[in-house]
Amino acid sequence: MSATDLLTALYFGDILQYDSKDPHKPGRDRFLLSKGHASALLYCTLAEAGYFPEEDLADYRKINSKLFLSGHPHPKTPGVEIASGSLGQGLSVAHGIALGIRNEFPSARVYVVMGDGELQEGQVWEAAMSAAKFKSTNLIAIVDNNKVAQDNLTKDLKDIEPLEDKWRAFGWETLRIDGHDMSQIMDALQKPVGKEKPRVIIADTIKGKGVSFMEGQTAWHGVAPNDEKLEAALKELA
Amino acid sequence: MVDGATRDGYGAGLVELGTSNPNVVVLDSGVSDSTRSKKFGDKFPDRFFNMGISEGDMVCTAAGLAQAGKIPFATSFACFLLGRSMDQTLVSVAYSNTNVKLVGTHSGLAVGEDGPSAQMIVDIAYTRAIPNMTVIQPADWEEARQATIALANYKGPAYMRLGRSNVKGIYDPKTYKFEIGKASVIKQGSDAVVFATGSMVEETMKALEQLGTEMNVTVVNVSTLKPLDEATIIDQVGKNKIVITAEDHNRIGGLGDAVCEVLMNHQICKPFKRIAVNDTFAETGSASELYEKYGLSANHIVRALREVKA
Repeated sequence: MSATDLLTALYFGDILQYDSKDPHKPGRDRFLLSKGHASALLYCTLAEAGYFPEEDLADYRKINSKLFLSGHPHPKTPGVEIASGSLGQGLSVAHGIALGIRNEFPSARVYVVMGDGELQEGQVWEAAMSAAKFKSTNLIAIVDNNKVAQDNLTKDLKDIEPLEDKWRAFGWETLRIDGHDMSQIMDALQKPVGKEKPRVIIADTIKGKGVSFMEGQTAWHGVAPNDEKLEAALKELA
Repeated sequence: MVDGATRDGYGAGLVELGTSNPNVVVLDSGVSDSTRSKKFGDKFPDRFFNMGISEGDMVCTAAGLAQAGKIPFATSFACFLLGRSMDQTLVSVAYSNTNVKLVGTHSGLAVGEDGPSAQMIVDIAYTRAIPNMTVIQPADWEEARQATIALANYKGPAYMRLGRSNVKGIYDPKTYKFEIGKASVIKQGSDAVVFATGSMVEETMKALEQLGTEMNVTVVNVSTLKPLDEATIIDQVGKNKIVITAEDHNRIGGLGDAVCEVLMNHQICKPFKRIAVNDTFAETGSASELYEKYGLSANHIVRALREVKA
């Protein structure tokens, strides 16, 4: 839920250029959810964007799911570019796509959302060095910095800060925003890309945003609410 | 026949692809001179990505390039390529079913003096066990060149296992036609069949010279390890009295196990012996010394043929 405002801006704020009726359209902008455990958010967003009917969401995590709505995304689902679920791979894959399309479709962009805990994976920093080396300005990384991982607060698990300094040192242009302030999100996403450096948007977010008893709570990382909690949550979100 | 290392055949194949297929791109992780991917990089610098010493990043970048419509060959030493990117190979390549060609050079004990950390002996087992993966190990320069081109024309994830050392040419470039999924009968006999792969095909040919007219041995080059050419294996086992497999790889999960599985599935029982690394890490030394000490040399193949016959 921490990344809901970010995906809303990307898909419904005229940032991502896509055709949900032609998911593989050449020259489309690409979106990758590297933190695959937020699959529910991605599937809901894709349904809302018209990739598939909302009724199909009932198949989520169920066997024989028609659209392969697995617990973590897979490209069999319309609108999904790559499988995820093992953290740390998405930035590299997004960069590969960026390298692959940059000559043919110079205006197309590749966006990838990573979690803050995910930045503990070394591969993220390998990819960060690669994108800087190849001056991949068509690659835009977004860190959903909700500060909570499965076991612990991210800072207690293994601190990833100072994030801006780190990304800057790796050769990236760095923006830091409030990931729930829509005008800040839109400003960051609409800012024209530079000529030299890939861009990272560090979005400070709140885990479980909008539901008072979930906000910032480690305990809700991968747990579904029971009927009573669900009703309470929906009431708050309404 | 062209003598040379399979990695050199790969380099030559890549250069051909550079001209014939504009979608082919090549990645390396900082060892392109040794893997021969540099041959491509020198001629087609815009389609060559040296990712530095970061194999996991390289494999996932290749997956991204594939999802952008390219045909990426991601190259490194076999030990690092798969050792450092098992998870990336599973998720971003095989499970995502991306059109990535992983190419690992310097495989097996044949890499020699660099020692066990560089001697990749579990890659066939690992890649064969991954759904969606095709696994290839060419036996000479020409087969490596053709396999490289065949892989570019094949859609789907694949691993190609190559060697560092020169091997004697087996195939005539004018007549040989490599096909993914087809084993090739190099010599037809009737007493025994040796199913060999990679550098062990040359070792088997040396064994035949030693045997002279003592035994009439069939030699089959199993260059596609997955999918296995079951028809040829069953046919040749039927035509011969004893069965030997030969690979520069651990005996668990390699060619020997694969052939056993075929025979068991078809309830075929014949005298059988595996030539392979005996589930141990080796040591430093020259390739030929290691082959002798760890049971892979022509002498061991000769001994196996005589023992099983008796």
